[in-house]
Amino acid sequence: MNINLTLIVQMLVFIVLIWFTMKFVWPMILGPMDERSQKIAAGLAAAEKGKAELASANERADAILREARERAGQIIDQAQHRANDMVEEAKGTATAEGARLLASAKEQINLEAAHAREALRRDVAQIAVSAASKILEREIDPKAHSDLINKLAAQI
Amino acid sequence: MAAEAPTTANEYILHHLTFLSNKEPRGIVDFSVIHWDTVFFSVALALLFGGSFYMAARTAKAGVPGKFQNFVELVVEFVDTQVKDSFHGTNKLLAPLALTIFCWVLLFNAMDILPVDLLPWAAHGVGIEHLKVVPTTDLNTTFAMALTVFVLIIYYSIKVKGLGGFAAELTLQPFVAKNIVLKILLIPVNLLLEIVPFLARPISLSLRLYGNLFAGEMIFLLLAALTLHGAQQLSGAGGWALLVAQFALALAWAIFHLLVITLQAFIFMVLTIVYLSMAQEHH
Repeated sequence: MNINLTLIVQMLVFIVLIWFTMKFVWPMILGPMDERSQKIAAGLAAAEKGKAELASANERADAILREARERAGQIIDQAQHRANDMVEEAKGTATAEGARLLASAKEQINLEAAHAREALRRDVAQIAVSAASKILEREIDPKAHSDLINKLAAQI
Repeated sequence: MAAEAPTTANEYILHHLTFLSNKEPRGIVDFSVIHWDTVFFSVALALLFGGSFYMAARTAKAGVPGKFQNFVELVVEFVDTQVKDSFHGTNKLLAPLALTIFCWVLLFNAMDILPVDLLPWAAHGVGIEHLKVVPTTDLNTTFAMALTVFVLIIYYSIKVKGLGGFAAELTLQPFVAKNIVLKILLIPVNLLLEIVPFLARPISLSLRLYGNLFAGEMIFLLLAALTLHGAQQLSGAGGWALLVAQFALALAWAIFHLLVITLQAFIFMVLTIVYLSMAQEHH
């Protein structure tokens, strides 16, 4: 065993190897490692944020749903009120219409009755005149006695 | 080992502990000698580490990572955690340095798990006589790394604290005095107390790694030497018993060695981080 030129050569090899590692190996491995750990940290933070956002979104959705349900209830109530009102109104209208129809039918009936009475009166006057003429056996001038006949007819 | 098969266990082990070098060294320190096997395997493993991590880094994306990117990120994050635990300043060098040390030393040490005769046998096939495949069993490797770290310690100490601050750290503690004369008198004592552990850092750093891996390799070699003579040794029941013992012990040691391999790479990295953060922190 002796110390010789190998010592110097080994030192040179060692120094070159250290330089090489320092220049080309270490930073190029550590750089991506740091970058990856940052990426992972960012990813975890984003996941946390996403979870919080999901929770708040769920809360919002619940609130909206509750409001919608309330609104729907109100609308149904209103609709029922409207329907009741409409039925009441329709009933009122129908009653009034019925009464009106009844009134107009009564009037018609009265009118018909008056007409019939008029016609009957005329017929009776005719019959009375012809009966009287037959009794008297002579011709009574209808024109001369129309006045009398009309008076008679009005009395019936 | 066909051509000149070692006949004794001693020869076998010595053969395995001989580097592939350009010539015989003269003395403990000889800078005209180079260990080609150590240089070859350390460069090859540096290319393996640098290449694979560079491929992962080039295709790295912030999206879902692939399997290999995942593995690389696991290693990078592990090292990054270690650095951040002990060092609180900003330093572009420290973490890549720690990553380089951990991966490179781990790969060096992992060569120890390969069967001790596999690569030398293959090398023998192409005419290479000696081959040591574990670069961390070469003191030159561990000392080169420790020395580089040591230079960085001094560089950052001076850069952060200034030359005066660095000198004060070495001379004005652990014994602190208010009196200026006493202060000057305490300088040699303090210097002695501080400089020894300071200089011991690179030595302990390199020797710890070297010693552990060298010992591990030695155990593998001793176990391999149990059945050195192959077929002729397997004639009796004792030979078979040796073979079974060799298999069981080598397996047990290899499994235990996995721990040593990882632990030593980890210790080298952590101590480097600690030393360099100490160098950059004010007391």
